[in-house]
Amino acid sequence: MNTLDASKADFTRKAFSNIGKLVTIIIVTIVDVVLAWFAFKLFSLSYIPIGICIILIIAMISIAFLVPKAHMFKWMALGLSAWLLFSIFPIIYTIYNAFTNYGDGHLISQAQAIEQIQAQTYLPETGKAYQWIAYRSESKEYLLWLKDAEGNTKLVTQVDVEGDAEIPLVTGENGIGEIDADGAPVTIDGYTRLNRILASTDKNLTNIKFGDPEKTIQVRSPSEAAELQPLYAYDAEANTFTNQLTGIVYTDKEGTWTSRSGETIIPGYSAVIGIKNFVTFVNSPGLRGPLVTIVIWNFMFATLSLLLTFSVGLLISIIYGDPKFKGKKLLRSLLLIPYTIPSLITILIWRGMFNPQFGVINRVLVSLLNIAPNWTTNAWLARTALLIVNTWLGYPYWMLVTSGALQSIPHDIYEAAQIDGATGWQQFKSITLPLLLVSVGPLMISSFIFNFNNFNLIYAFINGGPPIPTATTQAGYTDIIISYVYNLAFASGRGIQYGYASAISLVLFLLIAVMSLLQFKFTNMWEEVGENV
Amino acid sequence: MSKKPESISKARTTALIGRWILAVVLVVFSIFPVLWIVSAAINPVNNLANQQLIPTNANFDNFRELVSNPIFPFFTWMKNSLIISSVSTLLTVSLTTLAAFAFSRFRFKGRQGMLKSILLIQSFPNLLAIVALFTIIKQIGDVVPWLGLNTHAGLILVYSGGAMGMNIWLMKGYMDTIPRDIDESAHVDGATDWEVFSKLILPLLRPILVVIAILSFIGTYGEFIIARTLLTQRETQTVMVGLQIFTAGQYTQNWGVFAAGALIAALPIMIIYLILQDQIVGGLTQGSVKG
Repeated sequence: MNTLDASKADFTRKAFSNIGKLVTIIIVTIVDVVLAWFAFKLFSLSYIPIGICIILIIAMISIAFLVPKAHMFKWMALGLSAWLLFSIFPIIYTIYNAFTNYGDGHLISQAQAIEQIQAQTYLPETGKAYQWIAYRSESKEYLLWLKDAEGNTKLVTQVDVEGDAEIPLVTGENGIGEIDADGAPVTIDGYTRLNRILASTDKNLTNIKFGDPEKTIQVRSPSEAAELQPLYAYDAEANTFTNQLTGIVYTDKEGTWTSRSGETIIPGYSAVIGIKNFVTFVNSPGLRGPLVTIVIWNFMFATLSLLLTFSVGLLISIIYGDPKFKGKKLLRSLLLIPYTIPSLITILIWRGMFNPQFGVINRVLVSLLNIAPNWTTNAWLARTALLIVNTWLGYPYWMLVTSGALQSIPHDIYEAAQIDGATGWQQFKSITLPLLLVSVGPLMISSFIFNFNNFNLIYAFINGGPPIPTATTQAGYTDIIISYVYNLAFASGRGIQYGYASAISLVLFLLIAVMSLLQFKFTNMWEEVGENV
Repeated sequence: MSKKPESISKARTTALIGRWILAVVLVVFSIFPVLWIVSAAINPVNNLANQQLIPTNANFDNFRELVSNPIFPFFTWMKNSLIISSVSTLLTVSLTTLAAFAFSRFRFKGRQGMLKSILLIQSFPNLLAIVALFTIIKQIGDVVPWLGLNTHAGLILVYSGGAMGMNIWLMKGYMDTIPRDIDESAHVDGATDWEVFSKLILPLLRPILVVIAILSFIGTYGEFIIARTLLTQRETQTVMVGLQIFTAGQYTQNWGVFAAGALIAALPIMIIYLILQDQIVGGLTQGSVKG
């Protein structure tokens, strides 16, 4: 009986597993088809890189679910897809941008730029011409009747007014009245036919584009209207534009079509310019000058923040770690409060408190000492304020971490030290601190990295200010690299410089990567991967 | 530390008094901004210049203003924030747990390399790639509008995709501490990988799941710069973006209303901390820094 049951169960199990496999195949196929459609759409909009990303994801999902040997990748297929799209791809894209001039004037692709330049037109002084008569409505909308040299007539509407480009010239339709000997409507309902004098005094008329947007027609003179001609002729082989009016040839120089005398056509496109961004950042004093200040302050800020938060936190856990100390629990809860509020909110509160005119800090200082330090316009005061706020934000973390770490230091070491006559300070210096540093060292590195990139604080508290006067881009005395980069990419008014910003990002990333590797070495994380549990 | 020689006998009292004085100073430093903002919130004066610590005629005018002000749809923002943070937390936790299971339980080619690169790439601040993130979401949105700019789904994807690294490591580290004998014996009994994961391992992961969930909730709830870049329409924005925009304007004249908003916005996170304090502390010592 038992064996029969077992084999029955085995059979059901196998059947289920086969159905399961079939269902898997069906679901994976559906997902793949949907993604393939998505990728196709992306490609057709010429979003090539992200399309390739989707193709990679399709491949990964198919392999993970359909190849039995790759079964472990099933577990991570979704996570890795999200990771690929929103962690890896942005980094690759940033690295790529670092070597381009992507930014103001170079925001579009080459194909788009060519298309836009080709759309620029001019009104030729000679060439195919039409006789014309204009009709004007009450609301200043115009219709234009045209007759070419062969005697063909048509009635066209304004390009910028919605609706058909051309209205058929049939009496009785669309309000068109009698047609005169020339073939022009005598009347159109709602419109006044303009005679020569009226037409020549109408200032709008010569600026209006009529007809098919592809073949725009404009009034050239009282007697003639003409089709607009493309201003630039593109030579695809040489990749040059020739101005049809002046005959000047513009050649492609790193994404900008430039004439020999240095004139350029707008827009340019985003082109690979090699290491130029990096060279600029070394050579240009307006950019390099502030960057030196910013890098020095960045390291100072991260180091001082770490030292201050760590010392205050450690001090608290040493003094109040004593189990005999009454009210320890209440104290800890109160001291933890800064940590329980989203940091952006507290940063904004501190910003109000540090307001030089109205803030509570200066009001207290004025009434006590009669001084009102200007926390926002003096570089060192602003930096001091930032460090105070950051200490407030960060000490609870170190209070928690060090109080845990201190408890794990065995008591007998201290007892032995006391017998040897070591003072409290000696004990702290030669027992507590070294042992503590071993256990919390890695956390110190990650805290350093965190503060090194503490964008939220710098940005929300003071937005990098006060400004550095010699800087050619937006840069301030409290800016750290990451906030400087952000402003380069996004600050309004001074021009967007994605390429340059990406180049600095790349340098910053290398800095961070070195620090992280250091941290991994300390934490033995590398070894942990290797262990063969 | 308990074994300090100063505190042996006569110096004990002085030390104790010193400690209490220091404690008072520290507590004042730590809770003053909070008291200040509570006081501002219930002070009908509503501007920064005339605020007192103990307000006269305290009332809830500022909160009423917050509800009725049409320029600042505060409660829509709160709702958006809570939805976005909850969904991305759920996604992050599920995706990380599944991936970490594979890294912890299977041995395959490229495992070490993948783990290392995940960790290293994680150290690249998401913020630096913000132009790329914007471009990706815009391009995706051109094909699938409900995943594009100004959609919560797009932002949730960005948050979930960006949070994988450290969390996979935390989760994998925890799973490694669960002996593999457990799953091996289950495998002998004919259990599939999925059964081992869902019936045996998952229930044991509760502590670390809570830690990762809390930390990613707090992280996404407090994030404002990516949210601000991807969500440009007022009604789709999050409460942190809203508060930040608020302070960019004439906020010294609207200080009370801002304070009321700040208090309400801080509430969800404060509650989480109060209830789950111990788990959070556990997570912190394992290497996460609050964002």
